[in-house]
Amino acid sequence: MFDLDKWQEIFSTINKNRMRTFLTGFSVAWGIFILIILLGSGKGLQNGIDSQFKQDAVNMIQFGSGTTSKSYKGLQAGREIRFTNEDYEFIRKHIEGIDKVSSRYFMWQNRVISYNQDYGVFDLISAHPDYIDIENATMVQGRFLNRIDIEKKRKVVVIGEPVKKALFKNGKDPIGEYIKINNIPFKVVGVFYDKNERDATRAYLPISTAQMISGGADRVHSFAITSNLSAKESEELEKTLREELAKRHRFDKDDQNAMWMWNTLKEYKKFLNLFLGIQIFVSIIGAFTIIAGIVGVSNIMIIVVNERTKEIGIRKALGATPFSVVSMILLEAILITGLAGYIGLVAGVALLEFVSGFLPKEGFFLNPEVDFTVAIVSTLVLIMAGSVAGFMPAIRASRIRPVVALRDE
Amino acid sequence: MITLKNLHKSYVTGSNSLHVLKGISLDIEEGEMVSIMGASGSGKSTLLNVVGILDNYDSGEYYLNGQLIQNISETKAAHLRNKTIGFVFQSFNLISFKNALENIALPLYYQGVTRRKRNQIAMEYLERVGLKDWWTHLPSELSGGQKQRVAIARALIGKPKVILADEPTGALDSVTSMEVMDLLQEINDEGITIIIVTHEHDIAVRTQRSIKLKDGNIETVLYHKSNYKAVASF
Repeated sequence: MFDLDKWQEIFSTINKNRMRTFLTGFSVAWGIFILIILLGSGKGLQNGIDSQFKQDAVNMIQFGSGTTSKSYKGLQAGREIRFTNEDYEFIRKHIEGIDKVSSRYFMWQNRVISYNQDYGVFDLISAHPDYIDIENATMVQGRFLNRIDIEKKRKVVVIGEPVKKALFKNGKDPIGEYIKINNIPFKVVGVFYDKNERDATRAYLPISTAQMISGGADRVHSFAITSNLSAKESEELEKTLREELAKRHRFDKDDQNAMWMWNTLKEYKKFLNLFLGIQIFVSIIGAFTIIAGIVGVSNIMIIVVNERTKEIGIRKALGATPFSVVSMILLEAILITGLAGYIGLVAGVALLEFVSGFLPKEGFFLNPEVDFTVAIVSTLVLIMAGSVAGFMPAIRASRIRPVVALRDE
Repeated sequence: MITLKNLHKSYVTGSNSLHVLKGISLDIEEGEMVSIMGASGSGKSTLLNVVGILDNYDSGEYYLNGQLIQNISETKAAHLRNKTIGFVFQSFNLISFKNALENIALPLYYQGVTRRKRNQIAMEYLERVGLKDWWTHLPSELSGGQKQRVAIARALIGKPKVILADEPTGALDSVTSMEVMDLLQEINDEGITIIIVTHEHDIAVRTQRSIKLKDGNIETVLYHKSNYKAVASF
């Protein structure tokens, strides 16, 4: 196989037929280049959507009370179901598989919050301490709500970064300052960061405080929980929650109107299916790109062998064996496709790297990258294809009787 | 050197069969210079191709250097062509992208001679055909006579026993033709058997024997006695 003289002969042939070499090489390099771009873009799209989803915990279930639509055990339909703090305690203590849990009491949305002369309109969310993990937010200053805030019904508030920016000018430290919500002063105890802009323009206050101020007693409107469960287990958990709360509030567990539910894991699964779809789509197009490359290489190899029929005839007349003819054409094909494939690979990866340098750090297209194994394998496939494509005409050429190849036109 | 016994060859194209060689029997001694003549279609080129193992034959026997050439593999045929036979063609058949030196050196490549060695030998042969200063030239940069001289050098480099020339002067003017014939004569004087296919009388009279073919048979054999060397026993 490694015969220096043979390689010298091949190199000199390649060197003296640059146009032919370029055309063969170009079709291979282009195929690989397109494939790398395609695979990289698919991956970039997937990375982008993935990162959008990770803004909230992906394993969150939210649920809340509604109005019954079915009569149950002698109770009329149309009855309003009210969840309470007791339900919160029950869920926290007795339901298996829950990681974080918070209930919410709905109160003033779009409220004016002011600090001295500055004010702004923000959402007010009442919650439990676990809520920061449910929103996937992080503290940048101070602390989040804690258990004592809830127990003592403290008038404390945790604000988002945009809120801080709007109310506290010139970089004034908000911790310990009092801001007014509905003219009631609240002490700022922390500032949080949330990747999601909408979830960041908020202020969080203890649920007990919210209940007290608005005379809500022990009323709770909704719950948000997270779990470390699989999608299937998560569905089980949904069922358990529905059954337990139906028992406690005496409504039919199949009554969808009495209790609404929203499972982000299910939604996430839908997106995972979308990813799968994208991957299949990209794979199919990739496969067709490779096929197109194979066809291109085959075509050129056939043309090359035809063009060289006379040369092959001369070589055979001078004593070239069929084996030496086949190996000459094959090695040349492998060398050109291999080198060109590598160039296409490097060019594709370089372009992806170049483009990702200009992409915003957020959005639906992130870090286009390519699975290196896939890239190498497809390059090898194309080289193989080039060889096979070259093999058939090479065999044919080697079988041509020299007299036929030498015949004058 | 070459013995043919009742050689037959047909070409089959579709449903038509063309009987080209109809039982040729012939002996060519070592060191002879023979011309094969005949009108086009008489089978002279076919005969040369069979003798050069470029083409096969249907029936009969062909002995080259005492060895029966019958149903031999392509690989074996390649080795035989490489070692025993040198070809000179009417249209030169040089490889267009190789220069004069590389064209001449090619048979040695298939003999497994190293690059340096074969280029050195090729240079000697180039010098012999008087084209030393033209070694870097591509075939397209050479005149017809120069091309044929390169082709003859290529045919000689493998030290063959037989040189088969198919209309070697067919594409050349009369002056150049005679130069090429002088060169072939010189080679023959060294003891190499030469068979020339030609339809030119001027060329044929320079050989020792003219074999005239007609419709696939040997019509006449003409001896040009003056061209025999003293040792000839005919």
